[in-house]
Amino acid sequence: MQAFEYVVADSVASARALAREVGGARFYAGGTSLVDLMKAGVERPARVIDISRLPLTTIELRDGVLRIGALARNSDVAYHPLVVRHFPALSEALLSGASAQIRNAATIGGNLLQRTRCSYFRETRWRCNKREPGSGCDALDGFNRAHAVLGTGDACIAAYPGDLAVALAALSAAIVVEGDGGQRDVSVDEFFYLPIVSQAHETALAPGELITEVRLKVDPMHERSHYLKVRDRASYEFALVSVACAVELDGPRIVMAQLALGGVATVPWRSYAATGVLKGAVANEETFRRAAEAALADARPRKHNAFKVELAKRAIVRALRTVCGGAV
Amino acid sequence: MTATAVQAPPRRGFIGLPIDRVDGRAKVTGEARYSADAAVDAPLHAVIVQSTIARGRITEIDESAARAVPGVVEVVTYRNAPRVPALPFDFTAPVSEELAPLQGPEIKYDGQHVAAVVGTTFEAAREGTALLRIAYESAPAELDPETARQVDLPEQWFGSPAQTRRGDPESAYERSEVRIDATYVTPIENHNPLEPSVTVAEWRDGELTVYDSTQWVRGTRAALAKHFGLDEERVRVIAPFLGGGFGCKGFFWPHAVIAAMAAKLTNRPVKLVLTREQMFTSVGHRSETRQRLRVGASRDGRLSAVLHDVLMEGSRVGTFVEAAGGVSEMLYDVPNVAVSHRVARLDVPSATAMRAPGEAPGSFALDSALDELAYACGVDPLEILRRNHANVDPSNGLPFSSKHLLACYERGAEAFGWSMRAREPRAMRVGDELVGWGVATATYPALRSPAEARVTIATDGSVDVASATHDLGTGMYTILAQITADALGVDTDAVRVRIGDSSFPNAPVAGGSMSSASVGPAVQDAAMRARGEAIAIATSTESSPLYGLGADEVETSGGAVRAKTDPSRGIAYGDIARLGGGAIDAAGGAAPDDDEKYSFHSFGAQFVEVRFDEELARLRVSRALGVFDCGRILNPKTARSQMIGGITMGIGMALLEETVRDSRYGAVVTNNLADYHVPVNADIPNIEVEFVEEPDYALNPLGARGIGEIGITGVAAAIANAVYHATGVRVRDLPIVPEKLLGTAAASA
Repeated sequence: MQAFEYVVADSVASARALAREVGGARFYAGGTSLVDLMKAGVERPARVIDISRLPLTTIELRDGVLRIGALARNSDVAYHPLVVRHFPALSEALLSGASAQIRNAATIGGNLLQRTRCSYFRETRWRCNKREPGSGCDALDGFNRAHAVLGTGDACIAAYPGDLAVALAALSAAIVVEGDGGQRDVSVDEFFYLPIVSQAHETALAPGELITEVRLKVDPMHERSHYLKVRDRASYEFALVSVACAVELDGPRIVMAQLALGGVATVPWRSYAATGVLKGAVANEETFRRAAEAALADARPRKHNAFKVELAKRAIVRALRTVCGGAV
Repeated sequence: MTATAVQAPPRRGFIGLPIDRVDGRAKVTGEARYSADAAVDAPLHAVIVQSTIARGRITEIDESAARAVPGVVEVVTYRNAPRVPALPFDFTAPVSEELAPLQGPEIKYDGQHVAAVVGTTFEAAREGTALLRIAYESAPAELDPETARQVDLPEQWFGSPAQTRRGDPESAYERSEVRIDATYVTPIENHNPLEPSVTVAEWRDGELTVYDSTQWVRGTRAALAKHFGLDEERVRVIAPFLGGGFGCKGFFWPHAVIAAMAAKLTNRPVKLVLTREQMFTSVGHRSETRQRLRVGASRDGRLSAVLHDVLMEGSRVGTFVEAAGGVSEMLYDVPNVAVSHRVARLDVPSATAMRAPGEAPGSFALDSALDELAYACGVDPLEILRRNHANVDPSNGLPFSSKHLLACYERGAEAFGWSMRAREPRAMRVGDELVGWGVATATYPALRSPAEARVTIATDGSVDVASATHDLGTGMYTILAQITADALGVDTDAVRVRIGDSSFPNAPVAGGSMSSASVGPAVQDAAMRARGEAIAIATSTESSPLYGLGADEVETSGGAVRAKTDPSRGIAYGDIARLGGGAIDAAGGAAPDDDEKYSFHSFGAQFVEVRFDEELARLRVSRALGVFDCGRILNPKTARSQMIGGITMGIGMALLEETVRDSRYGAVVTNNLADYHVPVNADIPNIEVEFVEEPDYALNPLGARGIGEIGITGVAAAIANAVYHATGVRVRDLPIVPEKLLGTAAASA
């Protein structure tokens, strides 16, 4: 591991100032992802700025908006009564991720920035455009069972690994970022960059910018939400496929629906195509299957991950059937 | 009929009691020192660098940046490493690879050790490895067993012939009324013990001491002595505790030589711990196997022919053979059998023994084929196993020393509720899930090797036991304390067991499920000799209350020798030692008989229930029951843990575990525990374990057989059979991952 400077920030402003002073600084909150990557030599920060003591852990409901501090622990958020009541998909997504120990250490802001589990990214011996833009991609024709089928390009097929952001996408959450121009709200869609847009930058965060909060609007649709994760193991594994969905029903009819996919795309994948099918349709098996077909219509599987297309469709149908409950 | 040897009278004592692990407290408090915790003075840390090509040679090494890292003190490569010979594998010095480390620029596989960076801290050494520049000239590598140019037919492996036949298998198969011809595939699997492999090496006055995470201190001692041209007495290998091994620490691997080289070059103690990634290529793996089974039977399911042809991948520098076909020779009563093993030589790392080598993948293939036969014949899958039960070992005609497999089937069927099983696939459901039940036979040889031990009774009455055996987490400490306590008539609390040191009396590798059956009798013998000496002193010393009594007039219990007629008249062991002028020290040993009167095997029956969510292709094992015939059970608690561990590993083998090499480069892609899936607690259902406790006194005076490996055997077949029963789809290649089950509804429609 490269020797690095460790500094502790005592405010958001100081954290940002410390980050601007040197190139390649990294914020450290839970450390569950960063430290692993430093050991692997993938991350080689000159300076690690410990932000874990900043007062960004509050979870509160104000003006119909739930505000979750970026340093709130995954487990604290998952079990928070307001989250359980108003955003069940968020709670389910957090509890489906990692292990109890990791959830107790990981933070909401850090979790959003979790990097891909692509095996070719995580060892420096391989060619990887994400790690070294322009170097090539060994995953394209390598062992790509875990890889993405949506949002891919010839440069990168690495799957976005997280659960939290997938739920946030379906719940239309805003990510609050503090930068030089003050605070700004970024939607999940805007926050994550497709590899076709940028290989060097995975997110909309500029150097020195810090996620301070996540905001979710209380809405009846969000209360009828669900997160379904499909994987080889029963626990402690990244998704082969995951589905987050939120549906507003009027009798048998779907007034509005949002659906996002994890494990199958290079970013948390909000499916507007699925929404297009679901909105105004009757909640039944045929509708669900049409939504699933629409969501995967653009899928481009590689050698080992073709099964994800059908598996994702089935997971979508299952998740929608579950969330629509007795209405079907 | 079942052959039974001479029965020894049952005795009351600690043997057979489910006592807690005697090393448990030390382990949970951190008091137990594993190899990496060795108390050596200010060790340097060595971190290994591995090749990133599968075949070719090193053309250039640039050490400048690595050496410039503060704290880096040495870089060991073939250019400066001490010269050591390439050694063949043999049974006393079990060198896994005939390729001495760091002796030249040639590369034989991806992951070959090419350098070690040595630093004052682990972090410095590790950073040095990141900055070491090695250039290679790559040659085309062969990576696919199906197209390998060199395919060997080994004559034998571990003393057993690797190519065998009896009767006329081809024509018997052709003439059979029912035939199954199917190929079963098992992937590369890695052991993944919690504790990675470690060597801490220290030279002092030309003598080498290593703290090494080995399952075989004497084997490691011999291998190190040979590499460095030393008498074995000048090498000491210490391994008091292991965090699992499962076979990857059984034989000798090159990192231990590199640690000793680094210690020699720096003249300091050196600690070398393999990384988890390195564990996937540095200490062996279970070979991928492709097993073609041709099974011929009568319409009622009686086997007439089995042809079992195994193709596996093997390295160019190792000789290990995954003897998967062995089960077909002895497990069922078949007159005509042909078994072949072929090894495709590739530019890959070497394989080794992994829990139940041979039997684990072999029983998956054989008992899957028998399940297919059961459906083809319209016979219940358990009935087909019973119908082909072998009353004598069909491979050699010998009676089994003690075989109670039919009782395992019977007890298992009853406890599992097998009679409630629907015959047809897809006929059982719970809620929205399909349910399947499967069964398979567990089997593993009951091996035994010569072993020695020393028992010392101190003047304070405490008892010390020493033997160069091992505890991988298996319970060895505990059962040796129980055996000693019973032999002497003392409490287990009075017994201190010391193992894992090559300077102790000889013991075999902790492998092949033979430690209990080998070391147990040796310790018992040493303890009985110590007891005899104590009795001699107690009955021949005038000041003893037992003076004048004959040896047959005394007994031992409660830490004392007593008069049989009046147990209150006795003398404690400590007092006897004092009477005798000091500690009573007795060496003992035990070895198997040479005459081959019996075939020695353990058996069992594995029953499994799976539940299948067809829409999501989600498969979970919901119930597992194993009934085992493993001789006398020395400690039901540690024995049960062994079986639970084996069955858990079998569930991993069936559903999750697979080491994937990149097909272009030959490098392991899944070299971490996020990509290589071992089961987590949530994957493991309630596992029930039962023992048919029939002692095997023909094997040894304890009547005990080893139990380390049999637990995993049969599990993968039972699960695959249950999957067929649940879904109607036969999966013949492991692991059974969701993509292999996405089409079950369509296939059954």
